Amino acid sequence: MEKVYLLIPIFPLIGFIINIIFGRFSKIKTINTIAVSSIFISFILSIFSVYEVFMGKTIEYNFYTWILSDDLKVSFGYLIDQLTAVMLIVVTTVSLLVHIYSIGYMHGDPGYARYFAYLNLFVFSMLMLIMGNNLLQLYFGWEAVGLCSYFLIGFWYKKKSASDAGKKAFIVNRIGDFGFALGIFLLFISVQTLNYFELFPKLLGLQGQTVNIIGLNIDLITLIAILLFCGAVGKSAQLPLHVWLPDAMEGPTPVSALIHAATMVTAGIFMVARLNPLFGLSETALAIVAFTGAITSFMAATIGLVQRDIKRIIAYSTISQLGYMFLACGLAAYGAGIFHLYTHAFFKALLFLCAGSVMHAMAGELDIYKMGGLRKYMPITYITFLIAAFAISGVPGLSGFFSKDEILWFAYSSPKGYGKILWLLGTITATLTAFYTFRILFVAFHGKFKGDTEVLHHLHESPKVMTYPLIILALLSLFAGYFSVSHFITPVVGEGVSALPHEEEKIVMAISIFAALLGIFLAFYMYVLKPQLTESLYMRFQKVYKILWNKYYFDELYNYLFVKPTLWISRIIVEKISDRKIIEGVVNGIPKLCYFAGGKVRNLQTGYLQHYAILMIIGVCIILFIILST
Amino acid sequence: MHSEHERLNDYRGELRKNLLISVLASILFSVLIIAFGGWANNIKYPILSTLIFFPIVGSILILFIKRQNEELIKIATLIISIVEFILSIPLYFSFDKTITKMQFTEEYLWIPRWGIKYALGVDGISVLFILLSSLLTILCVLVSWKEINKKIKEFYISLLLTHSAMIGVFMSLDIFLFYIFWEAMLIPMYLIVGVWGGPNRIYAAIKFFLYTFIGSLLMLIGIIVLYIYTGTSDILKLAEFSYPYKMQLWLFWAFLAAFAVKVPMWPVHTWLPDAHTEAPTAGSVILAGILIKMGAYGLLRFNLPMFPEATVAMKPLMLILSVIAIIYGALICLVQTDLKRLIAYSSVSHMGFVTLGIFALNHQGIQGGILQMINHGIVTGALFLCVGMVYQRTHTREIAKYGGLATVMPIYAALFMLFTLASIGLPGTNGFVGEFLILLGAFKSWKLMSILGATALVIGAAYMLWLYQKVFFENTGNYITEHITGYGDLNSREIVTLLPLVFAVLWIGFYPLPILSFMDLSVKELLNHFNSVIGAMR
Repeated sequence: MEKVYLLIPIFPLIGFIINIIFGRFSKIKTINTIAVSSIFISFILSIFSVYEVFMGKTIEYNFYTWILSDDLKVSFGYLIDQLTAVMLIVVTTVSLLVHIYSIGYMHGDPGYARYFAYLNLFVFSMLMLIMGNNLLQLYFGWEAVGLCSYFLIGFWYKKKSASDAGKKAFIVNRIGDFGFALGIFLLFISVQTLNYFELFPKLLGLQGQTVNIIGLNIDLITLIAILLFCGAVGKSAQLPLHVWLPDAMEGPTPVSALIHAATMVTAGIFMVARLNPLFGLSETALAIVAFTGAITSFMAATIGLVQRDIKRIIAYSTISQLGYMFLACGLAAYGAGIFHLYTHAFFKALLFLCAGSVMHAMAGELDIYKMGGLRKYMPITYITFLIAAFAISGVPGLSGFFSKDEILWFAYSSPKGYGKILWLLGTITATLTAFYTFRILFVAFHGKFKGDTEVLHHLHESPKVMTYPLIILALLSLFAGYFSVSHFITPVVGEGVSALPHEEEKIVMAISIFAALLGIFLAFYMYVLKPQLTESLYMRFQKVYKILWNKYYFDELYNYLFVKPTLWISRIIVEKISDRKIIEGVVNGIPKLCYFAGGKVRNLQTGYLQHYAILMIIGVCIILFIILST
Repeated sequence: MHSEHERLNDYRGELRKNLLISVLASILFSVLIIAFGGWANNIKYPILSTLIFFPIVGSILILFIKRQNEELIKIATLIISIVEFILSIPLYFSFDKTITKMQFTEEYLWIPRWGIKYALGVDGISVLFILLSSLLTILCVLVSWKEINKKIKEFYISLLLTHSAMIGVFMSLDIFLFYIFWEAMLIPMYLIVGVWGGPNRIYAAIKFFLYTFIGSLLMLIGIIVLYIYTGTSDILKLAEFSYPYKMQLWLFWAFLAAFAVKVPMWPVHTWLPDAHTEAPTAGSVILAGILIKMGAYGLLRFNLPMFPEATVAMKPLMLILSVIAIIYGALICLVQTDLKRLIAYSSVSHMGFVTLGIFALNHQGIQGGILQMINHGIVTGALFLCVGMVYQRTHTREIAKYGGLATVMPIYAALFMLFTLASIGLPGTNGFVGEFLILLGAFKSWKLMSILGATALVIGAAYMLWLYQKVFFENTGNYITEHITGYGDLNSREIVTLLPLVFAVLWIGFYPLPILSFMDLSVKELLNHFNSVIGAMR
């Protein structure tokens, strides 16, 4: 029976293979039936596996040995425990809905088959990542989701911006993976295994060991954890490697929903939670995780305040929400982090799919200031977007509230000194979150339509195949929070620690509710009651606005700091000077030298007998001299 | 236009028929030979000599085919190469993975006066290269089908002779025999580059020849010194002697001179981009696939077992040179404008990984290094084949002229993508397994070098994806539209050429165990020998 769960990742793989090879000759109907049904089967099987986990079982199974070399033995296998079960639910549910939605959204695209094939591959990769029972298999999935994001972000490859964005996503991820790979090496040579269950007990023995790096003694566990966290920073788009995610919206919108909610950026959180026995042993590493999360969360939210592109705003909100999750993990409240991952998946997928629905109606328009009054034309999209907005803002009763509140509580009550700072950052960010989300809502869905009349005539609600997934996701955003994930996965990740009595939780809760409502009210005040206020604020804070609008100039900075110098070094130093001048100079110089020397020596052969006679006499003299002198 | 189309169809029909005949004939023929000689565990015929001499005999037969009969020459070569491949398969299946001795050995006294023997034998390392060489030779024949238009007979004969000489190198157990094969291989290869190459072929061919020849001469001196010192030319016996440290150092460098040029290690790599760029596709594939592997193979067969102390002393330097090659090659790739040149420089980077693994001097490093050699043969071979196929259509290798190929040649784009991914070492492709083992081995040996080497993960992704973007994405340029439309996507011959490599990429990526276990014991034996010598010294 255990082997049957192998089919969970296998089915999407089969779907991929069929569609990538035969998709070009198949009918549209066949293509999407294969793609959707393969995910549907995975979904059903996942439910079964979750049921078994609920019954208290942990399923581990080694399928076959992948790499075997000396002391390195790595298998393809899987491990389904509470943590994986939650991830399975998130991944299969969201991707199933995204697949169904895509049937409508991608209708008529020439790359239909290719699109669904990649989508299936994406799900396969993510399932391999979460189901693996060892770090190398996680790495396999880790890189594979990076690849799929490359394919899908650059899906419309004829657009330069799209193919650039895909490339950027892959390379930035690779930078994180560079650290991740080194982390795996270091971990492996310390414990000689990469299997989770064999690895965790051995970690305790590493405590106190240090590694010497350029004269500095660094705690071994801390170093491993930080290196692995580098990978998470890349994959989950945290500072300073967040730059790829906002560009990732170049792909089709359902793909953004998939990337942001289910199949990619959550991988970093999952990895940290999965390796909690490792991270738990290093206070320093945890602090780095927490602060990276908190700062990213705040900065991304501020950028989100001023953007005009609907998908870009949502993208920055993802970065910000992922920051929350890392904040929780960094406080060792992994349960709360995964809980937020789980609720976030639904409302974030919903936000993106709503945005897709709007774009569908508006012929691809992304600027919220060219929308307006959409609620009249697209009632279902409006209502579902509203629910998602409430959920992400943390309005009581909706899913986002439960998880966000839990994170803020653990921050506030943390025994660590910096807990309060994190809590403060988190609470401010909560207000910002509510503000920018409702900014979209008020600008795009309320007021008067501001776009072309041409577009206005075509405004319509999306077809059922697109609205039904919206409705289901809306229901999940409403009610998913009542399943306490953090409690469920306690056996795997342990309980979060709080140093304060539980009664104080009410105060924290009240403050965060207030923060959310404040954000919503501010947005309402600025964009509905007093729209002229925005203009005057803009005039007053032009400089700040410019920095935020340009996303703190990260892209420009990296371009001048890394990309250009590398290319310059390659072109001038390495190719022109070293390769062409120095090495080739020597290589071509030796024959030239021979030629040159030959030319000179040739001059001795003048053909005059006198010259030869003199040379002969000189030669004889030298020989005589040598003989006589010894 | 209509008749043009019909003519093309006729031609394709003929091509298919010919290919089919060749494949059937060769399968039949080889079944006969194998049935005659015995299959599986009791090979009753000298299989290694058969493998070496079969293509030579075959090329003599080709000599008698009329020059005008071009199709027959091609078919005959194809049959010979397929038969050769099928004949080499028993090497894999009857090889005993549980013993460390050389297998399928043959030994005849050749020059009795000096005790020089014609001795052949293989271990788990060399078999893999023989198989790879046989496979790539078939693909080379297929890809040259339309590309080579002049002196067809001479070309295919050269191809077969190169193969014979190359596998001879991997089989030789006598150091003089080794040297003869080593040098013999230069001649047909020199011709392939120099006669059938691009516009600057003469320069490239002479450079290739001189570079390798100077290296080989130093090795010849080393060989003579070894022979005079020990009185034997048996490679296995030579490894059992222990040489004075000073002598080891000199010999280490003498042999390294030959091997480093072949690998090529930095800074003696500059013949490679020229030779690759100018060579015809088949030449590039052989160069990348097998020829440069002989250098690394030589290191494993001579430098490590014969001069262990010198190896240990030189290890830091060798690791540094490897890392320089990795990063240097990758950086140069970032700014290339020529398709073939870019792939050639990526070879420098990838072979840097091979030497990094070998000089890590531990199990994972060496095993990864050998696997990486095979991977590089498969992947870079495939990339050169791909470039050759598109070059036939467009007659340009300039990256800037390309763009939007994914729209006009979707199958080609998909296959090229797979090889690109293998080249940047994505898990699930063969490149990952090799690079991972190498970096892990190097990490055990010298952390800093492994860290520096791992930066190629990022730079490698950058240049390969940049290349892919420029060639396949964005809008189709005028130049491409004009040149591709007449031909369209890959034809069946071309797909058949690439399929075995696709299969190999995925197979080694997901299930490398058969290959890893194949060489496991040989690597262990090598390291045992190495460590026992080093241990005894201390």
